[in-house]
Amino acid sequence: MIPVAKEVGSLRAIAAGGIVSPTGNPELSPEKEKQFRRELVLRALATLQQKV
Amino acid sequence: MTTNIRVVHYLNQFFAQVGGEDKGDVGPTVKAGVIGAGRALQQALGEDAEVVATIYCGDNFFAENQDRAISELLRHVTDYKADLLIAGPAFESGRYGVACGAICQAAREKLNIAAVAGMDEDNVGAGLYRKDLYIINSGASIARMVPTLQRMAALGLKLARREAIGKPADEGYVTRGIKRNEFAAKPPAERAVDMLIAKIAGNPFRSEIAPPKFAGGKPAAPLGDLKSAVIALVTDGGLVVEGNPDKIEPGRPTRFTTIPIKGVDSLGADKYDAVHSGYDTASANLDPNRLVPLDTMRELAREGVIGGVHEFIHSTGGAHAAVDNAVQIGRQIADQLKAAGVTGVILTST
Repeated sequence: MIPVAKEVGSLRAIAAGGIVSPTGNPELSPEKEKQFRRELVLRALATLQQKV
Repeated sequence: MTTNIRVVHYLNQFFAQVGGEDKGDVGPTVKAGVIGAGRALQQALGEDAEVVATIYCGDNFFAENQDRAISELLRHVTDYKADLLIAGPAFESGRYGVACGAICQAAREKLNIAAVAGMDEDNVGAGLYRKDLYIINSGASIARMVPTLQRMAALGLKLARREAIGKPADEGYVTRGIKRNEFAAKPPAERAVDMLIAKIAGNPFRSEIAPPKFAGGKPAAPLGDLKSAVIALVTDGGLVVEGNPDKIEPGRPTRFTTIPIKGVDSLGADKYDAVHSGYDTASANLDPNRLVPLDTMRELAREGVIGGVHEFIHSTGGAHAAVDNAVQIGRQIADQLKAAGVTGVILTST
């Protein structure tokens, strides 16, 4: 969905955990999933600080 | 059909040759026969129809007294036993265009007679009325008066005779947002290849579906300091408070919900749901933080990585969102966030 986001002008777009759980991954154990979510959110916050 | 069609022509004060802006207050008036460019309209109508009367009203009077103006004007239309109302063309004049749209709409609804308006496709009146009325696209230039009246006459006669109306491009009217199925001469694969060959050769081609024009704004400047920033969470994955009390739509959204999260550290499965017809909401329902990462954001706020989390989550279900509605929803959310002093947003999308 990132190409769609970019096409309409939302340039700060990063790949998420998947369509059904953008900030999660049900395949992982609960602790690993929280770690995954944390890393994703930190990457999102870093993207907010990037120039586009 | 040999019955003579009776036509009434609506004009504003300028085209009725009463005066300019100074005469914008003139009230609804009727005169038998044609005025000014109405002569060209009569010529275009030919022998099958007669402009029996011209009604006109000052643009300001109409704008400020719409109901009264319409009621008086329609009385004249009835008195003259009109079968067809032709309004304009208004070209770029906004007030005049809106008046044309309004009087045609009223004539159709209240008198059940055929009506055609004319104005530039970018006229505010066209935006308001194109879905309900046939509006001939006059373009902006008054130099196109005669060809526009010819198209208005042709379309008006078809409507009055209850004949089938062709496509916008053929009849010259502003698109109404209607889709009709029909058989094409060639199968789609052949039409697509023809289009591609024309495009590669640099020849003109007409796309069968016009891509939507995205206005797209400038991206915001990079967020400076995260430590003091209040970040808002937004989603198009359909997060709702359990039971969906705001009844946001599972698809084709027209609105969003504002979920208060003051004092909420994590989105519990018992208190929040995902409502969305476009993806399997099972895993988001089991742990809504998989849709909107509130638990992580609270952690990061506690650790001082960010200043804080905004007190509301704005959410809608993005399945099959019409572009216009999506833009409107986005703008409304953005307005609320700006008013609250939010400087950064994480939007999670499914």
